[in-house]
Amino acid sequence: MTGTPAFEVSGLRVEYHRGGARVRAVRDVDLEIYQGETLALVGESGCGKSSLGRALLRIEPAASGELRFLGRDIGALRGAQLRRARADMQMIFQDPFSSLNPRRTVASIVDAPLRHSRGLGRRAARERALAMLERVGLGAEAADRKPGEFSGGQRQRIGIARALAPRPRFVVADEPVSALDVSIQAQVVNLLADLAEEEDLTVLFISHDLGVVRHVADRVALMYLGQIIEVAPRDDFFRGPAHPYGEALLSAVPTVTDSPGRERIVLGGDLPDPARPPAGCLFQTRCPHAVGQCRTDPPALREVAPGRTVRCHFPKGFQ
Amino acid sequence: MSAATADEVILDVRDLKVGFTVRAGRLPAVDGVDLTLRRGETLALVGESGSGKSALAMALVGLNRGPRTEIAGTADFHGENLLTARESRLRRIRGARIAVVFQDALAALNPLQRAGGQVVEMIRTHHQVPRAEAWRQTARLFGDVGIASPERSVRAYPHELSGGMRQRVMIALGLANNPEILIADEPTTALDVTIQAQVLQVLRDLQRDHGTAVILITHDLGVVAGVADRIAVMYAGRVVETGTREQVLFRPRHPYTRGLLASVPSLTGPVTGRLTAIGGSALTGVDRPPGCAFAPRCDLAGAGCSAPVPLLRRGTESGHLDACVAGGQP
Repeated sequence: MTGTPAFEVSGLRVEYHRGGARVRAVRDVDLEIYQGETLALVGESGCGKSSLGRALLRIEPAASGELRFLGRDIGALRGAQLRRARADMQMIFQDPFSSLNPRRTVASIVDAPLRHSRGLGRRAARERALAMLERVGLGAEAADRKPGEFSGGQRQRIGIARALAPRPRFVVADEPVSALDVSIQAQVVNLLADLAEEEDLTVLFISHDLGVVRHVADRVALMYLGQIIEVAPRDDFFRGPAHPYGEALLSAVPTVTDSPGRERIVLGGDLPDPARPPAGCLFQTRCPHAVGQCRTDPPALREVAPGRTVRCHFPKGFQ
Repeated sequence: MSAATADEVILDVRDLKVGFTVRAGRLPAVDGVDLTLRRGETLALVGESGSGKSALAMALVGLNRGPRTEIAGTADFHGENLLTARESRLRRIRGARIAVVFQDALAALNPLQRAGGQVVEMIRTHHQVPRAEAWRQTARLFGDVGIASPERSVRAYPHELSGGMRQRVMIALGLANNPEILIADEPTTALDVTIQAQVLQVLRDLQRDHGTAVILITHDLGVVAGVADRIAVMYAGRVVETGTREQVLFRPRHPYTRGLLASVPSLTGPVTGRLTAIGGSALTGVDRPPGCAFAPRCDLAGAGCSAPVPLLRRGTESGHLDACVAGGQP
């Protein structure tokens, strides 16, 4: 799948300092997110997927790299310019219990970005907020209540209403359903998918749950230790990832229809400390197929088929 | 149950009720549950938040007793009712014959004490073992649960270990005294799938080698499918369906079980861009209808659903019970 890029990232690097050591959370990421698509960013805890998502929205500072949103360089925006640009780029957070101010009413939570970033007057902002609450299935009667009166699933609907009320063009949804029970998770995923379709939204869907990703994503980008290591159309990825880490990750997901004899690739070891990454390929310490070359030469992210890139010397199915 | 298998039951729970006094009234967290656990088997207690699965497990080992908790029923463990046992008696059972592994290893481990030291203490609380011998046992246990370089790791503090390693320390702690029953409350929920796969493998191996019976509390049906022998599905404080792994997962009868299974996003089969949801939300408050608690969310609900529902035996398959008055039929 190709299209017009809504978001272009090149050479993005995010770093933080920990006890004197410099830790690279995002390592030189190049990525295009196409207009109207849902790109899933997957990987395990600590792989840098949240840092990447937050850096795109300029919530987390980038150490270097370029961010172009709808053709415009947003990396250098400051002050009022940045605030206006932010109305077009919103975030849906993971935890519906800590991401909503418990002292504010739902209406004032949802209309805040409308007044501050879109410059709407009080009345117009409230009207739009009420319409949005209606749309996410809460009804206008939710408006004057506080977040504490709602269940987890309802709070996540409030979070979605807040993010989408300013009619953004791009949304980063960071594990938006991970904190919800599975029967509720489906309601929220469906709502998000419907709204994305109606509004022709471009979505970066950050998730560790490959089952959910398979049902919402158009394309999948896989991260490991701060690097993008594979980008593939959804169906290609789920037919069989080209990167051995993707293969192991997919095989490790426990599924209900598992036969007890299902072949599992159980990876040895833990994620290396990002402050002391291994030489060569970053995955070589856990890779069941690593050979000499992998321990010395870092592989580049290269195209192995149209629309499919992988960072491995010996990608599965493309040798 | 036949006489031949009756002697294998090591825990027999009858009409267990746990009520918490909250501001709004009495919250019936567990509302009349029957369970049996046989030697060496894994029983999965499956349910979503607020279904009462953790309250049930905590009640079995007396960890949620208090002035605001009302506990009724029986939990027969070798002729002794755990629910009425004195605290001094429970202290000798807990950690020795029945052990508990919690979800959040970072919160459950003492941050100021070496990981191995906590296991040593657990061993020496229940057995008169010289300190040096307890440390040797602990290092062996660390090796058994797959902790890398056990001799060195026993000296590490919890924060020096990764999440997966800490969870293994919790399992080592649970297994320190070779218990008959291990209660594991969401033991892998906080872990990434590649680490989760390692930890579940460890649990399976240990169970095979030691014959430990496991009560696995989880919301993750994928995990259940991989490890459970029998399953009890809980909803609003009650067991709504119970049976073998195959019966419950492949031939579910109760509409809630079916809905839950349908809402798990699959890794195979068609992609429609939509997930199957159960509408509405679960009852978690103090007010419960007299009949089926799932009825307000159930597509099959009819007039009969407001009558009290016992756990009924239905169909021809032995041991497969469900609490739907309609038997899951429209």
